Amino acid sequence: MHAITVDDLGSVPPAATRTAPKIPTAVVANIAQAAPPPAAAGAPGQNWLRLRLWMRKVIREMAPVLLGILLLVGFWHLATLKGSSLPGPLKTWEAAEKLFADPFYRNGPNDQGIGWNVLSSLKRVAVGFGIAALVGIPAGFMIGRFKFLAGMLNPLISLLRPVSPLAWLPIGLLVFHKADPAATWTIFICSIWPMILNTAQGVQRIPQDYLNVARVLNLSEWKVFTKILFPAVLPYMLTGIRLSIGTAWLVIVAAEMLTGGVGIGFWVWDEWNNLKVEHIIIAIFVIGIVGLLLEQALILIARRFTHDNA
Amino acid sequence: MTTNTAGRKILQIENAAMAFDTKQGRYWALRDIDLTIREGEFVTLIGHSGCGKSTLLNLIAGLTLPTAGLLLCDGREIGGPGPERAVVFQNHSLLPWLTCFDNVYLGVERVFGRKEGTPKLKKRTEDALALVGLTHALTKFPNELSGGMKQRVGIARALAMQPKILLMDEPFGALDALTRANLQDELMRIVAETGATTVMVTHDVDEAVLLSDRVVMLTNGPAAVIGEILEVGLPRPRQRLALAHDPVYTECRAAILEFLYHKQLKQAA
Repeated sequence: MHAITVDDLGSVPPAATRTAPKIPTAVVANIAQAAPPPAAAGAPGQNWLRLRLWMRKVIREMAPVLLGILLLVGFWHLATLKGSSLPGPLKTWEAAEKLFADPFYRNGPNDQGIGWNVLSSLKRVAVGFGIAALVGIPAGFMIGRFKFLAGMLNPLISLLRPVSPLAWLPIGLLVFHKADPAATWTIFICSIWPMILNTAQGVQRIPQDYLNVARVLNLSEWKVFTKILFPAVLPYMLTGIRLSIGTAWLVIVAAEMLTGGVGIGFWVWDEWNNLKVEHIIIAIFVIGIVGLLLEQALILIARRFTHDNA
Repeated sequence: MTTNTAGRKILQIENAAMAFDTKQGRYWALRDIDLTIREGEFVTLIGHSGCGKSTLLNLIAGLTLPTAGLLLCDGREIGGPGPERAVVFQNHSLLPWLTCFDNVYLGVERVFGRKEGTPKLKKRTEDALALVGLTHALTKFPNELSGGMKQRVGIARALAMQPKILLMDEPFGALDALTRANLQDELMRIVAETGATTVMVTHDVDEAVLLSDRVVMLTNGPAAVIGEILEVGLPRPRQRLALAHDPVYTECRAAILEFLYHKQLKQAA
């Protein structure tokens, strides 16, 4: 009956011993040799292993992130434990649930859902940033291409760039007489510099080899621009755009606090006046998440257009 | 060889000199350069690094203009770069955002676009890439290719424009020895097939002897001049392996080595 010895068992894969303990040694050895590779033999086990490896990888990568968030919430909870004026995480969560249950309501111009507020802020950023791109990117190309223009404009840019965009807000109000275009103007001013500077730098950093190619092939100005200048500068331009959008999103909150209307910045100020502090904390998270998404989207686009020149 | 007395004069360099203005004043890189290259010739420029051989090639290409003297291509003064003097650059200089096909097509379109329709231009591009053995890589991007393949595309781009003269600036300098030998053989075949007049800069003695009809040896800078010109009297087609023991080959090789390491090295420091 039990023809298999302990020694024999040792040479046989454990799966086979478990399923066929009564087969004589010789046959078992045959099975062991003829057995297909483990991937097919133990398919469920293999998948299970792969799943575990994947899980382990995810856990290893996500654990620090989750721990960080947990610590933040933990400290926040501890800090607000003894009846501080700051609402705790739980109270904020409850308020957020109510808030996001209906983000797109409209009760007159000064009482709208948080969705509308975020969207109108994004719209303002898009318009201001769009005009800045239309002006800044060509300006960057010109400055990068012509030394004279660089000499003329670089000192001005160095002078104006460190100025806080909010200092431009009164000028906008004065010129446009309205809050909304003044906020857009502020966004325009703050997002134009990174685009000019990065585009110009991209143009200046085009490898001489590419320009020599253009000269030897005797390409027309249009071809030089479309086939060499533009693709070579694109990654720099996208960096400029990313920095610009980041700054614009920073500035819009401050600008809207001052100008009012509809928008996430104004909403923060409004909730401060209503003393709904938990809403302010929610707004901080929303502003952060929207900024993060904008940045990540632009990084993805930039990766698509970056050429490895090896 | 009879090549330097027969055939049309494609390139004439008369008393050319090149100087660069530096902080320390004028630096003369080249002076008194006189050289005539005829149709179908393969000429290499050899010398120690920094001797000005690339400067001379750039003068022929028109990428820089001489401080003094005259350069004529097919009887016309060289006033700037142009597709009739196509350049194969040392570091291939392919545009990384264009496929192999598009890299070659860019030049083809520029040279033949006014006279020929798109199908013919495409045919030219495909033929040029077939000539360098890259038919399978038409749609690949440069960063998907090995160094040797990139340089082949560079050669295809230059040849597709049907230049009067093909200029090569140390085209195989960055490649490993085996790839380099492979491409040298390919280049000999291509030059034999197309009859292209070629000027090539190199610092590899064997490469110079193997490929050239004439080897132009430059003295060390500053103010480099043409030291000697060696005629390589080896019949074509040439076989790398057979040449290794050929007395003419050995003699040519020795002559260049003698020039580079005996007559020039002392000043090189």
